[in-house]
Amino acid sequence: MLVTKYLRPESLSDAYKVLTEEKKSLIIAGGAWIKLSIKKIDTLISIDNLNLNQIEITKDSLEIGSMVTLRELEINKEVNELYDGILARAIHKIMGINIRNIATIGGSIMGKFPFSDIIPALLVMDTKLIFYKQGEITLEEYLETPKMEKDILLKVIIKKEKGVGFFKKVAKTPLDFSIINIAISKCNNKFKVCLGSTPYLAKLAINTMEYLNKHSKISEEIINSAIKIMIQEIKFNKNVRSSKEYKEELAKVYLKRGLKKVIAHVG
Amino acid sequence: MKVVNNKAHSVDGLGILKGRAAYTDDLADKNSLIVKALRSPHAYARIKSIDDKLAKELPGVEMVLTYKDFPRIPFTRAGQGYPEPSPYDKFVLDEYVRYVGDEVVAVAAIDNETCEKALSLIKVEYEILEPVLDFENAVDNKIIIHPEPEIHDMFPIGFEPKRNIAASYKMHVGDVEKTISECDYVVNETFYTQAQAHVMMEPHTVNARMDYQERLVIYSATQTPFHMRRIISSALEIPITKIRFIKPRVGGGFGGKQAIHGEMLVAWVTWKTGKPAKMVFTRKEVFESSYSRHPMRMDVTLGADKSGKLKAIDFKCLSDTGAYGEHALTVFMVVGSKVLPLYNKVETVRFHGDIVYTNKTPAGAFRGYGAIQGNFALESAVDILCHKMGIDPIEFRQKNMMKENETSPIFAIMGEGTEGTAMDMETCKLEECVQRGMELIGWKDKYPRVESNNKIKSVGMAIAMQGSGIPYIDMGSATIKLNDQGFYNLLIGATDIGQGSDTILAQIAAEVLMTTIDKVIVYSSDTDLTPFDCGAYASSTTYVSGNAVFKAAMNMKNAIIKEAARVLETQEADVEFDGKILTSSNGKTVSLEDLSNQLFYSNEQKQLSVTSSYVGHKSPPPFMAGFVEIDIDKETGEVDIVDYVSVVDCGTTINPLLAEGQVNGAIVQGLGMAMFEDVKYSSNGKMISNSLINYKIPTRVDIKKLTTEFVDSYETSGPFGAKSVGEIGIDTPPAALANAVYNALGIRINALPITPEKILLSLKEKENK
Amino acid sequence: MLVNLIVNNQNKVFSCEPGDFLLDTLRENNYLSVRRGCDTTNCGVCTVLFDGKPVPSCSLLTVKAEGHHITTVEGIQKEAEKIGKYFGDEGADQCGYCNPSLALTVYAMKKELKNPTDEEIKEYLVGNLCRCTGYIAQERAIKKYLGDKS
Repeated sequence: MLVTKYLRPESLSDAYKVLTEEKKSLIIAGGAWIKLSIKKIDTLISIDNLNLNQIEITKDSLEIGSMVTLRELEINKEVNELYDGILARAIHKIMGINIRNIATIGGSIMGKFPFSDIIPALLVMDTKLIFYKQGEITLEEYLETPKMEKDILLKVIIKKEKGVGFFKKVAKTPLDFSIINIAISKCNNKFKVCLGSTPYLAKLAINTMEYLNKHSKISEEIINSAIKIMIQEIKFNKNVRSSKEYKEELAKVYLKRGLKKVIAHVG
Repeated sequence: MKVVNNKAHSVDGLGILKGRAAYTDDLADKNSLIVKALRSPHAYARIKSIDDKLAKELPGVEMVLTYKDFPRIPFTRAGQGYPEPSPYDKFVLDEYVRYVGDEVVAVAAIDNETCEKALSLIKVEYEILEPVLDFENAVDNKIIIHPEPEIHDMFPIGFEPKRNIAASYKMHVGDVEKTISECDYVVNETFYTQAQAHVMMEPHTVNARMDYQERLVIYSATQTPFHMRRIISSALEIPITKIRFIKPRVGGGFGGKQAIHGEMLVAWVTWKTGKPAKMVFTRKEVFESSYSRHPMRMDVTLGADKSGKLKAIDFKCLSDTGAYGEHALTVFMVVGSKVLPLYNKVETVRFHGDIVYTNKTPAGAFRGYGAIQGNFALESAVDILCHKMGIDPIEFRQKNMMKENETSPIFAIMGEGTEGTAMDMETCKLEECVQRGMELIGWKDKYPRVESNNKIKSVGMAIAMQGSGIPYIDMGSATIKLNDQGFYNLLIGATDIGQGSDTILAQIAAEVLMTTIDKVIVYSSDTDLTPFDCGAYASSTTYVSGNAVFKAAMNMKNAIIKEAARVLETQEADVEFDGKILTSSNGKTVSLEDLSNQLFYSNEQKQLSVTSSYVGHKSPPPFMAGFVEIDIDKETGEVDIVDYVSVVDCGTTINPLLAEGQVNGAIVQGLGMAMFEDVKYSSNGKMISNSLINYKIPTRVDIKKLTTEFVDSYETSGPFGAKSVGEIGIDTPPAALANAVYNALGIRINALPITPEKILLSLKEKENK
Repeated sequence: MLVNLIVNNQNKVFSCEPGDFLLDTLRENNYLSVRRGCDTTNCGVCTVLFDGKPVPSCSLLTVKAEGHHITTVEGIQKEAEKIGKYFGDEGADQCGYCNPSLALTVYAMKKELKNPTDEEIKEYLVGNLCRCTGYIAQERAIKKYLGDKS
């Protein structure tokens, strides 16, 4: 990889200054994917030593520094308890432990990778991002903003709720990207459903959620209707990992199984 | 037996695990020029012009090589014995590029960065030609992939480049069409197998330097150092006396390192510049620009009578060799020769077809070549026939399969690239393998399926055979030297590529010489220092090289006894040797240690050294039965491999642990091919699966359990009763899995890989009917 | 630029480019047990320990390791000897190309996990591919090593 400069600013303000003032500059988080994403860059800006690698537990939330590694999250007790530990479980299925020891939560979000297993899990929880310049923004909003101005992600804040959750990744082998993935949560009697690797960037199934949330009791029939709505609203397509049709079949089956699981769990 | 059939540690395992410099690139000269290739972005094109001016001017660039720099000598990179049964259809560099990844230009520069920069400065103008990508439409296509006039075969192999045919073959015993017309039951099925990538962990790599005798010394991660020396010499017109090939430790080969990769370019750079040079393939190059397994279409017709006797097999095959014809014919013939004799009681059999060129990454040797494809087709077809007849597939096999002391006419008809060799099955424990396999998998309780909710448990099986070297062609040899203090050097041409041949050959020598393995120092595969061996392929090392070592060790033992008789003042017949002490009936004794010291320093001094060679006169097949137990999710098609049972007849296991490792490793490669491994191309011929991101091999989480056993068997023609074990394990998984999926769901997948997607979509199709 | 690393408990200063990866820097400086496998973090062959944790050196910029502890198998020879003997006992050696990196990962696992189940062992090591052995013999050996309290 061709990198002209590697800078280690001593403060966030310095880092932000370089980032915005130098055209071909980039924040490097864990760097796990950098080799595959870029071939040439003028300036890489390290935020390794800016105290962004802490997980703070407050009364209401988990405040995760953007430089916390996936492995640290995976083994964190609180993360493992939140919504049945769907985030930890999603992370656990990501490739090998060696990559999870360098990849960070910040890098995983900022990359907006369509194959992300983390984003679906985060989306079905109440997740906010804190940026250096722009301050707080919901994860959903961030993902939907096509081109945000250059900024530094500082923290990921997940609200602590007594929710239950389901996460499933379907892949050829544990080292492969998902053919599809799906996260479901139930919290305060409200469902959230997110499909990822469709092969597009993960997206909440808003209509499906609305439909489910209209009903106080979820019968088999309602699940079947919800599946139909989900297939209508989520766009699936073929990629190197499977056909469109197979992704749809998997989404249907695991939506059904996931809903049954979270319902049974609450009961 | 004390050393053979014992669980000796491998001779190199500990040092390698501790990180000792061992592999080719570890031994490269620190000042090596870096050699890289500019590769074709087009599936088929003619080079109109190459502008390399800027690259040549770049400081640090030593050489820029195009097709104009090399002698126009066609050769084959296959890495086989001479004359090769592969077409001479390759030039080091050519005016035409025939697949995405084919070499266009090579650059040698002082470092990586300079080399890459130089490559980026080269402008190539192509005349883009329409490629042939569909192998079923290759024959007599208007596009001809090899129009060049200089290419040729070495003896008739059915080479017809004007028709895009690299080789073709046909054989028959009796009138198969007539027999089939008389059969009570006939099935006719078409099967497809895909290209599979070797994915050895060490990428292809080679480095070279000139030594102080002005000779070219090449370190190469190769399976065939002696063939390499010969081919490099003739294609580059470098005197063979000036070339030394050394094979260091090799990080896996599986057939992928039988052929030539970067050796030509690196040898040329060092020979011309006098400077050390090296080339390490990127993983992308390993995928795109080396070799993969021949994809095939196989049309199989089986005919049986009411009593359950298989009467005829008609097997037509079309094989895709990609852009060049390395191993085109040999792989093809194995589809028949190492599969069809399994059912030796048929009255008639026919095997025929073509191996065709396409504009894709060339196909080459890969563990179990031909056999895994043919086995999938035949062993699937046998189950299909049984279900049609309502006969238990195991009973059918027990009735129709090869048994001990039987033979098949196919052995005499088909070899690898040539005629075969008639032989009887002196050892064939297939019946025991099947019986024991049924017990281990719990066949009676699980066949055909056990259903619970969405999960279905089922079992499936297949039988297989291989060979042990190629008779009258593959030769191995060994030199044993006696040193002072009574230890030995074992010098062998045989090529350890990780399979453990150094270890098992040392075990054979130690057993004969009644010593321990630490007293036999092995050194292998150095064309200056070790005697010839054809190399690591065709399941030949244990049997062929092992027999050579056995003979050499016997000769060494006799040489020691002869010297002892002199010292003990008696006849040779009167000397008893137990590995340490030589005793005469006259009461005199001498230890081997003393004797060897005397031979070096004090008494009629001489170096005891013997060399023996072996060439097989038959190729005794190992046999096995493979059984898979799967759990299948009928809503998603996802398959869990619960257990894979292998019961193997490979004769004596020289080292039971390493033999188990050979079988287990091959089973997992076979499962990968059966389940998901797939070399895929885009519609314009670019490989999509050109990284380990997009090409997946089984992980340890996918492999929950393997149950591997060996039946008692002793092949008298083999060293201490051994046959081969390197390839046999890979053959059964595709058919066993296909049969298990059928037993679970009643659907038949005839095209590999058997992915959850194919299973589910077939199931949906079946339900919608 | 110059980078300060602590390799196998020794302070080292290496010269490298900002875009260099740790794998290349280590090999250039004669840590030859660290080897290239796939280039894309998928195979585990290039694994080294970064402050005791397994990481893929093919994708970690050398500059990111500034001031950190890097361990290669050369730095855990005593443990490697033990692991290697169990590998020998179980026939887990074949080509061995991935074994130094596997040994490092196993060593890290022994420190990190207490009494792991078979499944936990497989999952911890899943990023260490092997094309030769079929994994089973490796895992027999690894379990014996984990049980070795010496």
